[in-house]
Amino acid sequence: MQTLYDKLWKNHVVHDGPGDTALLYIDRHLVHEVTSPQAFESLRIAGRKPWRLDSILAVADHNVPTTERANGISDPISRLQVETLDRNCEELGITEFKMNDLRQGIVHVIGPEQGATLPGMTVVCGDSHTSTHGAFACLAFGIGTSEVEHVLATQCLSIKKALEMQILVDGTLGHGVTAKDVALAIIGKIGTAGGTGYAIEFSGSTICALSMEGRMTLCNMAIEAGARAGMIAVDDITIDYISGRPLAPKGDSWEKAVTYWRTLKSDEGVEFNQIVKLDAAEIKPQVTWGTSPEMVTTVDGRVPDPLKITDSVKRNDMQRALKYMGLAPNMLISEIYLDKIFIGSCTNARIEDLRAAAEVVKDRHIAKNIKLAMVVPGSGLVKLQAEEEGLDKVFLNAGFEWREPGCSMCLAMNDDYLSPGERCASTSNRNFEGRQGPAGRTHLVSPAMAAAAAVAGHFVDVRNIY
Amino acid sequence: MEKFLNCKGLVVPLDRANVDTDAIIPKQFLKSINRSGFGRYLFDEWRYLDYGEPGMEVAQRKPNPDFVLNQVRYQGARILLTRANFGCGSSREHAPWALQDYGFQVIIAPSFADIFFNNTFKIGLLPIVLSENIVDQMFREVNLNVGYYLVVNLEDQTVVTPSGETHIFEVDSFRKKNLLNGLDEIELTLQYAEKIKAFEDKKRIEQPWLFT
Repeated sequence: MQTLYDKLWKNHVVHDGPGDTALLYIDRHLVHEVTSPQAFESLRIAGRKPWRLDSILAVADHNVPTTERANGISDPISRLQVETLDRNCEELGITEFKMNDLRQGIVHVIGPEQGATLPGMTVVCGDSHTSTHGAFACLAFGIGTSEVEHVLATQCLSIKKALEMQILVDGTLGHGVTAKDVALAIIGKIGTAGGTGYAIEFSGSTICALSMEGRMTLCNMAIEAGARAGMIAVDDITIDYISGRPLAPKGDSWEKAVTYWRTLKSDEGVEFNQIVKLDAAEIKPQVTWGTSPEMVTTVDGRVPDPLKITDSVKRNDMQRALKYMGLAPNMLISEIYLDKIFIGSCTNARIEDLRAAAEVVKDRHIAKNIKLAMVVPGSGLVKLQAEEEGLDKVFLNAGFEWREPGCSMCLAMNDDYLSPGERCASTSNRNFEGRQGPAGRTHLVSPAMAAAAAVAGHFVDVRNIY
Repeated sequence: MEKFLNCKGLVVPLDRANVDTDAIIPKQFLKSINRSGFGRYLFDEWRYLDYGEPGMEVAQRKPNPDFVLNQVRYQGARILLTRANFGCGSSREHAPWALQDYGFQVIIAPSFADIFFNNTFKIGLLPIVLSENIVDQMFREVNLNVGYYLVVNLEDQTVVTPSGETHIFEVDSFRKKNLLNGLDEIELTLQYAEKIKAFEDKKRIEQPWLFT
């Protein structure tokens, strides 16, 4: 009997060894501008060429502006990095969606959107959120720049097999509770190191009921639970999503592929190294209060009190986090007022996310204390679809800004950032110190919760407002 | 990759758990297309009181006197002692680059995040996992003793304290060999080029949709 992870692993072993590693074949290599230039340079210095060009898809997403793009990128250092990607791709013949291509967007949004991510693949990218693609029953994980070069040169990676964890979520999610809340609830339960050394498979009736967008949100956050890879078995929802995508197989090849894809699930009764169970009915909308995604509570909860913590390392971390976040112990989450709202990122910038947020802000307006509320679609195609559905008007009428696609204020490498002390309700994945700007304060929430906070000016329970 | 030479190094204690790679090297420095020069921005937001931008001269910065790396007694440290889950978050290899460029050869912690742990080996920086108890004891000793140093021997897989206490650490045999010999992993993999080609040819027939 095998787990899904075992099957994916076995199907990609080129060579067993050395030691307890195996040489795994990589089917899809996604490339962005930040973690690739040094890899291309080293490849060139060593006189090597990419092993298989058609396995690579490149896009610039981290540095791109989300405002008017006609004049290019104003920051010369960012511009050079994006131009370096363009040049490397042109010289080597790598497919790249350039900044003004309609298909441009966040690498983890465009891969699945194009059908570049297909079930059963090994998918890597010099980006930790590559775990996102595991939603398609892929073995997908983030790598460093040395490994980017290794995959370019050899189409393989030497990897040690991970332990296996099953996260079983059963039951029906309450109204207004989303995949993001499930992800944060899991991280709250097992901690940001809970999945270290593991590959996580998410399963159970709650997961089966999630859309592909929701599954991508969940797998995206596997890395925030410490696991390099998260994955979900193939079912009809997976296959329906892929059908008709530009790079999806067609005709006979499609039929053959679907037959294979349907085998991509863990065998009934197979054992995992660890099993974690959650009851969907008990999950409430989540809000992080600290500087690590595990510092999370429910919207009806309170900021915790460090004095109640006995472990001194944990207590110190909590005190430091509260000081950084400018929060007092025991205050209600609903008493936290916001300055900015960010709806975007590889976690929550797909069409379903934008619909959920739009539903909340429809015929409402952002509160007076909100200095900036922005929606940054995950790709040009998501943006186009949202506009066809009239979502852009809903957001604009509510006082939001409607931007061009990219990573934007998730990590603030472009011009979208928090100023020192500013507080943001963000649909992104990391609330680390300085992540959204120096001394900026990030609270991670779902798109619906971010939208509700925009309207109220402070956190409110989205379940009570629509 | 450079060979890992055994290390006798001054220890600096960073007493925080879950230190993420955004803290190790903030994003504004990731815009560089070079592999070197990140050491002066290591822990930038903790190390300086002013906001760091790429290209700033260290002499013009305002160091944070409270940050441990700025204390006189820890100047020239080669070993970073820290807490659990070090290197969590972003996969940026710029984090190990910055640590190495600053002068660190070894990081000791009770646990590391997976991607960071993997990245360090690729550049010849050695992450050592020791138990919470031993790490706790080292924190106490380094705080009490100015000039506290450790001797790390990769061949023997030992860390020896100034009082002569020896702690054994685990390291994967393949990674150990690569570090000790400074081997080029790509070259090692390319020894299997025929096998990779054969694998690929078989797959191209069985799953042609993967090759479009």
